[in-house]
Amino acid sequence: MARKYFDQELKSLTKKITEMGDAIQSRIELTIQTLRTGNVELARKVAGSDSVIDRMEHENEKLCMNLIASQQPIAGDLRIIAASLKILTDMEREADQCADICEILVTSGMADSQRLPVNHIVNTLETVQDMFSSAMDSYLSRDVQQARRICMADDAVDAAFGKVVLEVSSAIAHNPEQVMHDVDLLFMIKYVERMGDHATNIAEWVIYLVTGEHPDLNDGEEMPAAGYKGSD
Amino acid sequence: MNLQTKIAVRPDGSQTPVHQDLPFQQDQEAKIQTAYGKLSGKEKIKIGMQNLDLYYGDFQALKGINMEIPENRVTAFIGPSGCGKSTCLKTLNRMNDLVENCRITGKVTIDGEDIYAPRTDVTLLRKRAGMVFQKANPFPMSIYDNVTYGPKIHGVKNKAKLDEIVETSLQAAALWDEVKDRLKKSALSLSGGQQQRLCIARTLAVKPDILLMDEPTSALDPISTLKIEDLMGDLRKEYTVIIVTHNMQQAARIADNTAFFLLGQLVEYTNTTDMFNNPADERTERYITGRFG
Repeated sequence: MARKYFDQELKSLTKKITEMGDAIQSRIELTIQTLRTGNVELARKVAGSDSVIDRMEHENEKLCMNLIASQQPIAGDLRIIAASLKILTDMEREADQCADICEILVTSGMADSQRLPVNHIVNTLETVQDMFSSAMDSYLSRDVQQARRICMADDAVDAAFGKVVLEVSSAIAHNPEQVMHDVDLLFMIKYVERMGDHATNIAEWVIYLVTGEHPDLNDGEEMPAAGYKGSD
Repeated sequence: MNLQTKIAVRPDGSQTPVHQDLPFQQDQEAKIQTAYGKLSGKEKIKIGMQNLDLYYGDFQALKGINMEIPENRVTAFIGPSGCGKSTCLKTLNRMNDLVENCRITGKVTIDGEDIYAPRTDVTLLRKRAGMVFQKANPFPMSIYDNVTYGPKIHGVKNKAKLDEIVETSLQAAALWDEVKDRLKKSALSLSGGQQQRLCIARTLAVKPDILLMDEPTSALDPISTLKIEDLMGDLRKEYTVIIVTHNMQQAARIADNTAFFLLGQLVEYTNTTDMFNNPADERTERYITGRFG
């Protein structure tokens, strides 16, 4: 088959992005543990090491740009590289928001993990963790059906976000002295909700990579048929 | 897609069954999304091919080609060597008449007229559908005489008129500024890129409607290639341009519509943006991404 080396480089790109996905996955896991256990040192570690993910993002971006410049990709090849570039941005934002949540925990003292809103934030973050993991799996396997299912999970995240906002608002009304602490909870659930959106964005780019059509799953828009016919 | 079922592929990618008992649908207009953005108006069909088969002796080089080519657009023919793209190009001004044992069935029309009808004046047809070849082939005479050769054959004798033709043709071919002070010099003294633009000027001098270009830049350096590509962008305003190219990026840069040929069949014919972003046929995808050919 022609273009043996280019095919190897495309496979290598997918592998490197998947490795970056694994690194982000473990950061989400650490963030969940931090919220559950109140371990400030762990929170500090997550918040302070975001540059590792930034470096991976830049290296993978560079690889994409080099492939565009040297191989002049078209059709399915172009879609792999274009989608990978876009996915990288959303992946990096996932890691950023883990760092943001941990930073709040470090600077404002640990949240009381027994409180109801914190439990709900943890549960929602677990849903987001599954979404991200599933989005990365769909990228690796080029699975459009799996990518489409991520949209439904995001609806649950959005609903949980609304619920936590109501809970926290109610807590502020009943106990105004704790308002600063409660505002931190609002920031955290907002970050988690955005992480769900980024996972959905990744799923959208997987659909584009395979079908050539880019749906807006965050708005519940109609999705294209999932017939895969592109090159690998 | 089974082309043997006689399906006309329109430039927008849609398909129309071709009925043997109906006249070729010249009045149908195609909506085309081009590489330069979606066109608002409807397109006039300049060239039509219906059930076109071509044989070199026993070998069938074109198999049931059905396509319509719109006016004032650049259409690229792509495909691996031996796929029939150059043969198809040459049917449009009957250059294949010169090939021994070449036999054609089906219909080729320009502006609705069957160019293989017995009454067709082949010299006038080739004036109307001029051709530029892979290798620049200027005549061994002056630049001026190269350009005026065609008009003189077609009866233009007035010196002022010939001067005007030389200037307008060379300007249209983006060569005037480079040669206006040495028109009496030999055409063979020009660079390869200039010679090819001179050949384009020579073709334009007889006022064709259609420009057929068979790999016109494959022997040129990158700068000369880009000059000719820019030129094609200008020429599409007045001419219907069809280019055969092996350079995928060139087709992507300059063509409004692209046709992919394989083993004598027209596999896919659609607007260039779709072809190079998301081709419909697996064989097209594999060819344009360099997986075979």
